[in-house]
Amino acid sequence: MGKLKIGGIELGSRLFIGTGKYPSKDTLPKVIESSGTQMVTIALRRVDATRNENNILSYIPKDTILLPNTSGARNADEAVRIARLARAMGCGDWVKIEVISDNKYLLPDNEETLKATDILANEGFKVLPYMNPDLMSAKKLVDAGAVGVMPLGAPIGTNRGLRMKELIGIIIEEIKLPVIVDAGIGAPSHAAEAMEMGADAVLVNTAIATSDDPVKMAKAFSLAVKAGRYACTARLGAKSEVASASSPLTGFLHEEGF
Amino acid sequence: MSFYEVVSGYKDFDFNGFLSSVNSERVRVILSNDKISDMDFLALLSPAAQGHLEHMAEKARRLSLNHFGKAVLLYAPIYISNYCINRCAYCGFNHDNSISRKRLTMEEIEQEAIELSKTGIRHVLLLTGESKKHSPADYIIEASRVLRRHFDSVTIEVSPLTLEEYVHAAKSGIDGVTVYQEAYDEEVYDEVHLSGPKKDYRFRLDTPERACRANMRSVNVGALLGLSDWRREAFMTGMHANYLQDKYPSTEISVSFPRIRPHAGVFEKVSGVSDIQLVQTILAMRLFMPHVSQNISTRETATFRDNLIPLGINKFSAGSCTEVGGYSGAQATEAQFEISDGRSVGDVCEAILARGYQPLFKNWMSI
Repeated sequence: MGKLKIGGIELGSRLFIGTGKYPSKDTLPKVIESSGTQMVTIALRRVDATRNENNILSYIPKDTILLPNTSGARNADEAVRIARLARAMGCGDWVKIEVISDNKYLLPDNEETLKATDILANEGFKVLPYMNPDLMSAKKLVDAGAVGVMPLGAPIGTNRGLRMKELIGIIIEEIKLPVIVDAGIGAPSHAAEAMEMGADAVLVNTAIATSDDPVKMAKAFSLAVKAGRYACTARLGAKSEVASASSPLTGFLHEEGF
Repeated sequence: MSFYEVVSGYKDFDFNGFLSSVNSERVRVILSNDKISDMDFLALLSPAAQGHLEHMAEKARRLSLNHFGKAVLLYAPIYISNYCINRCAYCGFNHDNSISRKRLTMEEIEQEAIELSKTGIRHVLLLTGESKKHSPADYIIEASRVLRRHFDSVTIEVSPLTLEEYVHAAKSGIDGVTVYQEAYDEEVYDEVHLSGPKKDYRFRLDTPERACRANMRSVNVGALLGLSDWRREAFMTGMHANYLQDKYPSTEISVSFPRIRPHAGVFEKVSGVSDIQLVQTILAMRLFMPHVSQNISTRETATFRDNLIPLGINKFSAGSCTEVGGYSGAQATEAQFEISDGRSVGDVCEAILARGYQPLFKNWMSI
């Protein structure tokens, strides 16, 4: 399938997993194993380092790359402080910038995200910004030092799929860094669709965490991501407005001697 | 503009006429839509909507799962003073009630914090009676600094503060404010608040907005169900939450549904709210405002609370003590009200897990 190169590392899996919304922390290791993921995002605000049995970090296998997110940040300043706290707590250099100042639709604030990306990339963080799919913003984030961009497919938790498909397609076409579709992916078919379009990876949380069988659903997403990636690299056939018969009606015109 | 103008706009509205005009077909149509308008919300509180409770529950469950997942945040109250200068007909802290009064010192607050934190609780709600003399803003802020040494989040439910006081509190690390209007019906409000500064309906009504303006991270509103007609009170609570969320999108607005409980003193005119009616309120609120956190306290019984988890409740108080100094047990006072769910934090956790949900101890930290 080919490895994903991002932030100077290679990943065998193109499925990133979120850790919120699960019925119990015990489910997490099984989901991570079943999904085959190598990168897991955690909300730092939910990390409780004071009690081992309650610390979400102790449920994540050691060989998994932690992608702490700045969930809860309302502006760049708060996101930067959360990222620094994450690094100080030993969560590594990766950070997913999440700046949301709208609690009604939970849409990211691209302007504040850009400010935070600029600051944190300069401090040596490997920054993945979660963003509204806007090409100009994506370019600015890349210029600011992001190692990839994470446009949303649909608002967080809606499971509505790739509602922003056209705009994500433009970003995939124009941005030379990895594009990870985040939020809104509610079914394995949505993930496959994103991968077929040429996304480098997808991040899934709600659809797996709130399903009746998160372990089985994680497997389903893993397979869908692989299928979508294979389809992308094999190149999908061209779309046509009219039917194209395998045995053309005018084929006889090319026959010898006619 | 203040929310008072919204309330005033409904002063002459014929609630009874509207509610009785809602039929089953209208409810069915509302439930088939994604967007719920103000009037749709009111219709979902109607007697006709009660026949669609299961359909409402299914939809509310799905929305709650999408937005909050299978997680229930736990918190506990910590009462640090019960001196109060108000005479509220429904409250155990009523100035006229002959209960033992106490205000904790910072050392005593620290002891309470140490005992409470042993249960695993990381989010705490600091409460006082309303007395500027015994629990002024400076005392509350100093107490919150003590609590922050032991908890990740400190929110307050104290007498309404001024904007400047809330700004100071937010900068000092207090990250949320709970303030119940008690009764949105202005006449009932006047009737049950016999005397004291709380009698100022408008000042209390504008309190959540002052907290939002002060950049508090979270603001929690609600009505004390039982003081007045529950349908109107639930509707105005939703209007209030919606008004605040629209105007202050970066503040996390949440709602509570306290039902009046036995307490020291007697309030005769309780307007009852049945379990079915409370469930209808919770479901209608979830459908109207899918992103808003919903909170249920230990006022309700253990069984009832557990059954509310899949319906959209995502914040639970646990192991609560409503007495001043109650956790460390030193010279405890009378409680503000009687709690119904007296389970330990551990028992509450087990019950949440048994429902297929995860008890969440930490959802924020001071940054």
